[in-house]
Parts: sequence; structure tokens; C-alpha cells
Amino acid sequence: MLRAALLLFVLPLAGVRAAEEPTPEPGAPGESPSGLALFRWQWHEVEAPYLVALWILVASLAKIVFHLSRKVTSLVPESCLLILLGLVLGGIVLAVAKKAEYQLEPGTFFLFLLPPIVLDSGYFMPSRLFFDNLGAILTYAVVGTLWNAFTTGAALWGLRQAGLVASRVQAGLLDFLLFGSLISAVDPVAVLAVFEEVHVNETLFIIVFGESLLNDAVTVVLYKVCNSFVEMGSTNVRTTDYLKGVASLFVVSLGGAAVGLVFAFLLALTTRFTKRVRIIEPLLVFLLAYAAYLTAEMASLSAILAVTMCGLGCKKYVEANISHKSRTAVKYTMKTLASCAETVIFMLLGISAVDSSKWAWDSGLVLGTLIFILFFRALGVVLQTWVLNQFRLVPLDKIDQVVMSYGGLRGAVAFALVILLDRTKVPAKDYFVATTIVVVFFTVIVQGLTIKPLVKWLKVKRSEHHKPTLNQELHEHTFDHILAAVEDVVGHHGYHYWRDRWEQFDKKYLSQLLMRRSAYRIRDQIWDVYYRLNIRDAISFVDQGGHVLSSTGLTLPSMPSRNSVAETSVTNLLRESGSGACLDLQVIDTVRSGRDREDAAMHHLLSGGLYKPRRRYKASCSRHFISEDAQERQDKEVFQQNMKRRLESFKSTKHNICFTKNKPRPHKAGRKKDGVANAEAINGKPARDLGFQDTAAVILTVESEEEEESNSSETEKEDDEGIIFVARATSEVLQKGKVSGSLELCPSPRVIPPSPTCAEKELPWKSGHGDLAVYVSSETTKIVPVDMQMGWNQSISSLESLASPPCTQDPTLTHLPPRQLNVDEPQALLDLSSDPRPSFAFPPSLAKAGRSRSESSADIPQQQELQPLMGHKDHTHLSPGTANSHWCIHFNRGGRL
Amino acid sequence: MGARASHAAAVPGAERIRRETGFSQACLLRLHHRFQALDRNNKGYLSRVDLQQIGALAVNPLGDRIIDSFFPDGNHQLDFPGFVRVLAHFRPVDEEDPGVRDPKQPEPLNSRMNKLRFAFQLYDLDRDGKISRNEMLQVLRLMVGVQVTEEQLESIADRTVQEADEDGDGAVSFLEFTKSLEKMNIEQKMSIRILK
Repeated sequence: MLRAALLLFVLPLAGVRAAEEPTPEPGAPGESPSGLALFRWQWHEVEAPYLVALWILVASLAKIVFHLSRKVTSLVPESCLLILLGLVLGGIVLAVAKKAEYQLEPGTFFLFLLPPIVLDSGYFMPSRLFFDNLGAILTYAVVGTLWNAFTTGAALWGLRQAGLVASRVQAGLLDFLLFGSLISAVDPVAVLAVFEEVHVNETLFIIVFGESLLNDAVTVVLYKVCNSFVEMGSTNVRTTDYLKGVASLFVVSLGGAAVGLVFAFLLALTTRFTKRVRIIEPLLVFLLAYAAYLTAEMASLSAILAVTMCGLGCKKYVEANISHKSRTAVKYTMKTLASCAETVIFMLLGISAVDSSKWAWDSGLVLGTLIFILFFRALGVVLQTWVLNQFRLVPLDKIDQVVMSYGGLRGAVAFALVILLDRTKVPAKDYFVATTIVVVFFTVIVQGLTIKPLVKWLKVKRSEHHKPTLNQELHEHTFDHILAAVEDVVGHHGYHYWRDRWEQFDKKYLSQLLMRRSAYRIRDQIWDVYYRLNIRDAISFVDQGGHVLSSTGLTLPSMPSRNSVAETSVTNLLRESGSGACLDLQVIDTVRSGRDREDAAMHHLLSGGLYKPRRRYKASCSRHFISEDAQERQDKEVFQQNMKRRLESFKSTKHNICFTKNKPRPHKAGRKKDGVANAEAINGKPARDLGFQDTAAVILTVESEEEEESNSSETEKEDDEGIIFVARATSEVLQKGKVSGSLELCPSPRVIPPSPTCAEKELPWKSGHGDLAVYVSSETTKIVPVDMQMGWNQSISSLESLASPPCTQDPTLTHLPPRQLNVDEPQALLDLSSDPRPSFAFPPSLAKAGRSRSESSADIPQQQELQPLMGHKDHTHLSPGTANSHWCIHFNRGGRL
Repeated sequence: MGARASHAAAVPGAERIRRETGFSQACLLRLHHRFQALDRNNKGYLSRVDLQQIGALAVNPLGDRIIDSFFPDGNHQLDFPGFVRVLAHFRPVDEEDPGVRDPKQPEPLNSRMNKLRFAFQLYDLDRDGKISRNEMLQVLRLMVGVQVTEEQLESIADRTVQEADEDGDGAVSFLEFTKSLEKMNIEQKMSIRILK
């Protein structure tokens, strides 16, 4: 297919060429004057890209080989290995070709290899941490780099004056300063490569790494200023030039940052409108970031700073705007490109070093440089830290300083810059090149190798990886607000104050402007953590596959591990249903107006045993949308059925949507109104009616579509995959009978079903029985029809029984023959006889009940709270606090809707 | 220097307050200035209204609660020692402190526990020593804002409580609260540098 397309594309070209050249084109028969050539070697036409691809391939293969042995990679940083590999390869090439063919070209490096790495680091930079330590980072980046450059340059000059550097190194003070400026900058690539494997604590990492990124502006300025001074000749430099040099520092850094922010803004704004062309979202991210880099480079601003700021600035909005798949695509593409570039850089560094034609060795210079950069780096760090610690809440201690000094790795940036020097203007270039290579190799290999043991030996605080918990997230926010408030009270407008300010500004204007509305609504950090926890639980649940539903209980990895894990898990699975990543249990709580009934019945019938009919899918072969192929769909379907439809929404919340979209679409508005109407019609707490709940559920699902179809209501075509929410449908069926009467009843918070577990077991699940019973839970009043498919039932009951072993159940509660129930509650108001289906109230909190049971003693009161519906007619029997507010909340919401 | 000394003398009971809170002389002075600036009519104490006047506090979602925490036990007047005492919670923890501290003396106000307790009482409105689901929900509502529906908020509240709740009573006690935050660097997160 692809080939054919290619051929078609090539044919006209070939035709043109064939007209020009005598040589025949294999693809263009008939045009050849001298017969058809079967084979033609066209190496030169593909040479360049082919070599690039080959290099990357070799590097990648090398990586694979390195990682075959865990021992090696745990001891030796990958960057070292790659440099060594580069040396070997360079040696081979040299031996074969008799000249060094390949090397790290500064142009390639700055235009193609560096941007992905910087973008990757900027985009995935932990922004909070970065800004928390911005002061320190800036200090080290600006003052530190200036300090390093000047001291190193001056000291080397002193060395030269003292005669320790051979006189054949023809360099004056300015040349040494130029050299100092390029050798002084800590290199982001090298730092990243080494520190990522060392795992020091985040603060330390962000300081060293942030410095290496931000010092680019200083390096660029210093390098350019010195370079132009050298080219002008030291005698021609006037005072104004020095002033210009200082001014250009600000221009270059602030200009670079501004360019980055402008592009970040553009990028965020663009992704706001990509709803219908999801496929280009990742592309946009890369294109605009790259455009930022090139623009800054073009204006000779700090390109690294530009792309860092672009990544840093756009991330929040872009992530909110683009689809989940695009997010994954962006992430992986970015990581792939960055790692690719990094690999190639280190390998080419190794290869370049072999090229001895550029070398000119001077031991004095090399040794002097090595000693000076280490010494002045350490001295600079100590001095700056001393100053900084006067202002820091958490002072950087001595160990941190050692790691920071030692972690000042030099890398490819220095090498590329030194290669860029003009030999006619800088006569000592060859010496500088050799020295730079040695310095880079020394820092990357020797320091890279030893930093890990050093960190271990010094017992540097490591980064501890713990999963985020909702509590931490919430409390962290609380702390932020508290601190901002306290700063207000104290009257000191410090960091917290300004962050608070910024957040408010962001919330009020920026987010409104840059995020699509649906994304904005659901974009909240707490919510985000919650959502992710749910997803993780769901995934692990699916991974464990229903079969882990053994007596040991299923554990959710996101829960902090403690004894109660098993009990909480089920609760969560059920509870979560109210949210974006929902099990469909709660989506069920639907009571709908009559028209849905038939739909539902039919729907129910169909979905009972059928796979979805193929014709539901448009055969599409679009470039703009990735459609799952049929096989995938079918697998999915089978999977879904096997999973008893419980975990649908984890896989993708699509299903909810298509349900709301496909079926009751016409009713949606009506339903909403319905809900409100009910809420209004029935006064007081009872107004917390099921119809309303339904609305809530629908809206909920729509909102939680942050994944694929943020604006689900508009993205029709997205797909029509699910006949899934049978449950909901059935409860629609129930609705008719219920709306009138049962509503009054349901809201009573005291009316609680027997442990759902028990109930579930006892209830006739099979629709054939026709029995029905309705239980209402105080907390939730989700009505779940009993007659869901077998699979559903079984899975639930298995889940439940897991949570609450049957033995602990209260027999009186468990044995409630549903039929009898009906009889027993004449006022149950559920005119269920009109409905052939049995139904069952299924509180999401049921697992809680179950859980407490399984947990045994402590929860007897709760157990007592669970009572059959008919037991409590009296609404006054409200449990204090929770229940009350709960209803109110719902009511309010109804009003709002 | 002389001016500073005379100002310091103007702070009533400076020594005692310093001993209790650990604030430095300069910091105490600064706080006293601020106290006087907030005190509109030179009443000698602060009222709720005085604090509510602070513009940025009004937009702070927890502003009201934090103001309340300045007025414990239903007081309506906040004198300077009380003012400082609350702020002392946010004094950075001295590194060398815990080793040499006299065990007989009460825990300093800026200890981890006291910092946590301060945060805890912002949640625990009814002062029953537990954050109920309802209280959690209220805080969440303040923090999360309008983007998330009530339904979702409730699920979050449920989950948050469950996550921290170890004894299964459906509420988060102070102990559970501290446990849920044991991995967090509270000393750092609940400190303000200028309050040395």
C-alpha cells in the first residue's frame, strides 16, 4: 500500500529525470532507451539520511547491549559508555578511512540535537519545584557562570604569564576569557544524563539541573561578547562595548525567555482548537517549541532558555487541552527524541575526539584547566551558597554543596562552541579544542563514574519516590493557602503571596483563555490526583483480572499499604464510580422519563448476549483520526463482556459518552429538565430525587471525558462503541413507576438497605424470576436494577462477597426474599408491578458496609444502619451531619442545573 | 540601633513573648509594627474586622478559617501576644533545636506537631478532634472551586477520608492526619522564612 503510494509519487519524478538523464529509471518502463536495468545502486541519493539513520541505529543497538547487563549500567552511566563506544567507533572509522570522517558538527548539534533534549527537560520540569528554588537556580546560573568564566579565564592567563603554559599557545587575556566562558558552563545534557541515574533529592537535582539550563543565556552572551572582542582585537574594544556586553546579557536572557513564553502562549492557544484534529496535537507541540528555539536562535537570543520557558509555560494548558492519547504521544515522542539526541551526542563526542588533526596538546593548559574548573566551581558554590543560605528557608548543607560542586559537568555545548571558534582569529584554537575534549571526557567519565559512589558515601538525601495520595495533595494546597494568608497577615509580600497572586490570575484569565472550557472545568490538581489514582486502581484491577477476586481480597496499589487495604479497596472501586474513572455502578443511578423505557428495554435485550453488530462502525481510513480496527474492537467487546461490564469506563470513558450520545440523546435535555423539575416539585429533602441523580450522572460522565472527547456533546463521530450502560437503561425502565412516588421515599437518609452484599446474594438476579426489591441507601440512593446481565451480577456479588464474607452477615438482613419485600412495603411506592424487571438499590457505599464487616468488630453501628427500606419510613430519623448535608447538596445542585 | 532598642521597649512583655515563641528581637519588632498597622483605631487589640480588611485574605479560600484560628475560644479580641503566638507556628524550625531542648519545657509552637495541629484545626470545624467526611467535603469545596461537580467532590472527599482513615470510623483523627502526611516535609512546608 505504502509502496504503491510511493511508487506513484516517484513516477512523475522519475519521468522528469529520465528525460534529463540518459540512465534509465527502473520505475519508469518504456522511457529507457537502453533497456531495463533491473538493479541500480543509488547510494549517493540516500547517503546523508541513511548515515544519520545508521548512526542512530547503532547508538540504539549499543544502548540495548549496555542494558543487557544490569551490573554495568548500574555502575557506569550510560553517557560514559556511549562516549567510549564513540571512541571505539571513531577509531575504527579512522583505521578504515584513514581520516576522521564523522564528528559532532556544531550546526547539527545546535539545530537538531540540542532542542529535543532541552524541550524534554523544560516540558517535564517539575515547575513547582523549579519556581520554589528559582532564586538559587538563577544565582548559580548567572553569578556562578560569570564567576567560573572569569576566574578560570584569568587564572589560565596567569598560568600562561607564569610560563606554565607553553609559549606556543598564543593567547592573550581575551582568548583565555573566551575559553573560560565556553568551558565554564555546566552542561544540561551531561548533567541530565548523569543525575538521572544518581537520584539525589529533588531540590539538589533541580538546582544543578536548572542551573545548567539557565546558564545558557550567560554562556551565549559571554561567548559572543568575548568572541567579538577577540575578533575586534583587544585594542579596539571601547568602554561602550563592555557596557553593551552587560546589556546584551539582559537582552539575550530576557529576550530568550520572552520568545519562549510567547510561543508557549501560542501553543496553548492553538491546542485549544484542535478538538477535531486530534492527530496533529503532538505535532503542534513539537513544531511550536522548535519554532521558539529557531526564532530565538535567529535573533541570537538564548535558544535554550526560550525552549525551556516554552515547555515550562505551555505544559499546564497543553496537557489540559490535548487528548489523552496525544499526551501519551507527546510524552513518548519527546522522550524518544531526547534520548536519541543524547545518545548521538555522546557517541559523536567520542568519535570527534579521535580526530587528532584538530588537536594540539599542551599539558600545562590541560591540567591547569582541569584543576581550575574544579577548584573555582567548588569555591563559587561555597561562596554563593553561603550568601543564599541567609535567605533560604532550608539551607543547603555541606553535603549538598559537595554534590553541586562535583556535579558541575561539562559537555557537548562546550565542545560545539569550541569547534565554532575561528582559527584565524583565535590562534590557540587547537589547544582549546584538545583541552575542552579532555575536560568534557574527564567530567563525564571520571566525575560521572564517581558521583554515584560519592553520593552514596556522603549519604546524600536521595529522592524518595512515593505515590501521591489525595491527602497529601489536598493538604499541600491547604498549606499553600495558609502560608499565603499568613504572609498577608504579617504584611510581607513574599514568595507565597506572589504565587497565590499568580494562581488567581491564572485561574481568572489565563486558564480561561488558554484551556478549552470543558478541560478547564475538570482541570484541578486535586481532581487530577484523584483521577489518576482511580485510573491506576482500575488498571491494576484489570491487570489482576477478575480472578484475583479471591478471598485474600484485592488490593489497590494506590492506597497506602496498611492492614486495611483489602477492605478499602472494594469501597473505592465502587465509590469511584461517581467520578471520571467510574465503574459503571454509579452511572446506573438513573431514573428517566418514560420514553427511554423502550429504548432501554431494547437496548438491554440486545446487549444481553450479542456482540455489537459490525455495521455500527463506519469503515474509516482517515488520516485524521485513529480508528481502532475491527479486531481490536471485537477483542475489546469480548473483553468487556468477560469483565462483566464492570470495568468499562476504566478502559476509556468513551462508553459513557456514547451512551449518552447515541441513545437518549434526544432526551438529554429533557432529562435534565426532568431532574430539575423533580427536584423542585418534591419539596424538601425528598426532592433529592432520582431523576436528578440521573442528570448528575450524565453530566458527570460528560465532564469526565477529559480523555478523548472533552466536548463530548459535540464530538459525535468519536465512536459508537458502547451498548454498555444497560444498567442505566434499566433503571430508566424503573423510572416510570417510581418517579411519582418512590422519590419521596428514597431520600430518607435513614433508609438503608441491608448490606448490599447480602441483598445481592439473596435477590433474584436472573430476570426470569421477575422478583424485585428496592433498597435505598442513605448515602447514595443509587438505584440499580436487579436484572442486569448475569455477568454483571456475578461479578458484583463476587466482589461483594469478597469484601464481606458471607459468614459475617447478619442473617436477618440477608434473608429478605425480595418478593416479600414488595408485599411488606405497600407504601414502597415503587410501582414495580408495571415493570417486569426486578430492581435493587445499590449504594456505592455498600462496599463500605461490606468492608466494615469484613473488618469485624469496630463497625457494628454501621451495620445496624443498614436496614431494609421498609424498616424506616420516617424521615426525621436523619443521621446527623453527613446525610443531611448530602441531601442538601444534591438539592442545590439540582437547582443549579 | 538606639531607635531599635527604644522600639523594642515599646513591645509589651517582649521578653516573655520571645521566650514563648522563639522569635528574634527584630522579627518581634516587625510583627509589632504590623500589629499596630492592622489595629485601626489603636484599640490595643485586633478584631475580626481588622483582619478581614486585609485585601488578599478575602480572596483566600481559607481566609475565614485562618482568621478564625486567630480567635480561639470564641474570643473577639486578639492581643499582641495572641497574635504572635499564632504566627509562631510558622517560624522555621531550628536545626539544632530538638537535641538541646529541655524535656520539661513544652514543645515549641513551631514544632512539627504544632504546625500540623494548626492545619488540622482548620479542617476540624466542630473541634471534635476528627475531620469528618463532611468537613473534608467543605474544605474540598473551598479548594477545588467550581470546576468539579458536587458529585465528584463527594467522591473525592470519600476517598480522601478513606485513604487516611485507619480505624474505619469514617473520619480522620489527628493521629491519622499526621500519619497521612508523615512523608511530607512539614517543617519546610509550613514555615515562612521571614518569621525567624
